[in-house]
Amino acid sequence: MTVMALSRSGGVHVALAALAALAGIVILPNAAPLYTLINVTLYMSMGVFALSLALLWGYGGILCFGQSAFFGLGAYAYAVAAINFGDTTLAAVFAIGVPALFAAGLGYFLFYGRLSDVYLGVITLTVTLIFFKLINSTGGDAWRIGAARLGGFNGIPTTPLLTIPFTRIPMSPAQMFIFAAISLFSTYALCKGLIVTRFGRAVIAVRENEMRAELLGYNARRLKLAVFVISAGIAGLAGLLFANSVFVSPTMFSLSMAAQVLIWVVVGGLGTLFGPVAACFALQIATAVLGKLGIVDPNIVLGLVLIIFVVFVPGGIQPAFAALLHRLMDIRADRPVAGEVAR
Amino acid sequence: MSDYLLEAKDVAMHFGGVKALDGVDFRLRKGELRCLLGPNGAGKTTFFRCLTGTHKPTRGRILFKGADIAGKERYDIARAGMGVKTQVPSLFDGLTAHENLWLALRTVKSAAEREARIADAMERVGVSALRSGVLGRMAHGQRQLVELAMVVASDPDLVLLDEPAAGMTDVEVDRLASIIRDLNRTHTVVVVEHDMHFIRMIADQVTVFHQGRILVEGHVERILADQTVRDVYLGKKHV
Repeated sequence: MTVMALSRSGGVHVALAALAALAGIVILPNAAPLYTLINVTLYMSMGVFALSLALLWGYGGILCFGQSAFFGLGAYAYAVAAINFGDTTLAAVFAIGVPALFAAGLGYFLFYGRLSDVYLGVITLTVTLIFFKLINSTGGDAWRIGAARLGGFNGIPTTPLLTIPFTRIPMSPAQMFIFAAISLFSTYALCKGLIVTRFGRAVIAVRENEMRAELLGYNARRLKLAVFVISAGIAGLAGLLFANSVFVSPTMFSLSMAAQVLIWVVVGGLGTLFGPVAACFALQIATAVLGKLGIVDPNIVLGLVLIIFVVFVPGGIQPAFAALLHRLMDIRADRPVAGEVAR
Repeated sequence: MSDYLLEAKDVAMHFGGVKALDGVDFRLRKGELRCLLGPNGAGKTTFFRCLTGTHKPTRGRILFKGADIAGKERYDIARAGMGVKTQVPSLFDGLTAHENLWLALRTVKSAAEREARIADAMERVGVSALRSGVLGRMAHGQRQLVELAMVVASDPDLVLLDEPAAGMTDVEVDRLASIIRDLNRTHTVVVVEHDMHFIRMIADQVTVFHQGRILVEGHVERILADQTVRDVYLGKKHV
């Protein structure tokens, strides 16, 4: 989809997403059992995580293999800040700010060092695996930041729950669900809005042809760094939501977490926003069901799904669905009306 | 302030032991249309790339509007007022012609002004009919023209065109020559080219490159009749 087409369709998509979020917020907390509510909250946190890579890879053209580094950093920053400060409002700011700051430092070396895409992928993957190793080896009392023990491979099971801003009242699961739904919708609307701004169009221009963008006066490295930082902040927000749905642990930095988000974006459709979120929900539900059945390892199924999509549906769910819809509409438009047939 | 819009002083570019440029002195006045010509490997494209910021010269200064741009970033040079059309069309292939021109108007904030300038540039280059076409699906000649329209839309102080007629049909070349002559009424233009027929169609003044140096400069007919230039271009055994 081209930039102008994006700006034309953006409003409709955001309105539909707002409607879906509103329906979910109204219906689910009252109708769904607690287990489902917590699970959907978890899926929504992963949906925000999927959006972070969908923006970076799909629109910025930057394949970050280690997006989980920012996801984990956000969660750990939140947990450590919340334990130390007591209040979680400032901790939430840390959850977004720390990964964004880290991305600014890392991205500076990556982009201003003129590293190619392959090296960028390898380095970001290495960074998340270093975090995984590092956090796993922080067992024992010595590894603490202020009052927060990092807890090694056990993570921080005592992660404080988000409180209602500037109070000490923790959010109930229903309130957490509503907060996650608002976060998911806001992130979607933010990404959708961002890509039709002058900044967003410049980012797309750099993705399309970096040399041409620079010959037109766009500072490609600065634009790439900016979208990298924004994406890391979004991944940090996802980490915050995840930390409140489950708890903070080194697996957030793991290879499987890094791979999962790539699969969601590929299956959902590179260069789309709704697709990766839909793929994230569908694949997590499938993983949960397969895990319950215990017939086959869910990871094998995930791998198969990725191969099937790469080979048979390379554009992903959203573009394939849109193409099918257009085809159906064309067929309907071409079909002669009864009066014409009769004549 | 210098009388020249562009002035290169003793510019050299070495790739290891290869001297692609070896002390080039070049001057261009505002409003000129100059062709840079020379056989393959003469150094004209390397010189072009030094001007655009793609290569950082090993030695020398390049003054554009009085400021030294040698070794500056491509985007800084573009912002200073240099518009570039590359040898192989460099475009945003996934976007439409209109979107490509939209992106060329980086500093224009008013939507009405932007649309007016896009329409004007498209009209001037004759690509209005391609407005909604996606660049990746266009023919080579059309892509060349859309890239030229992008340069025209951005209204630079200096237009640099690297082999703009490459791969075009005779009809397209005729049209391109007329567009470039028209463009020169309002802009200073430098064209890198080795198609003599095309050069005769557009230029009065030419600069001939040979072995990384400027061999000779002057009026096109005098230069093309010059025995040294003919020897360089066609080899000494030409008929």
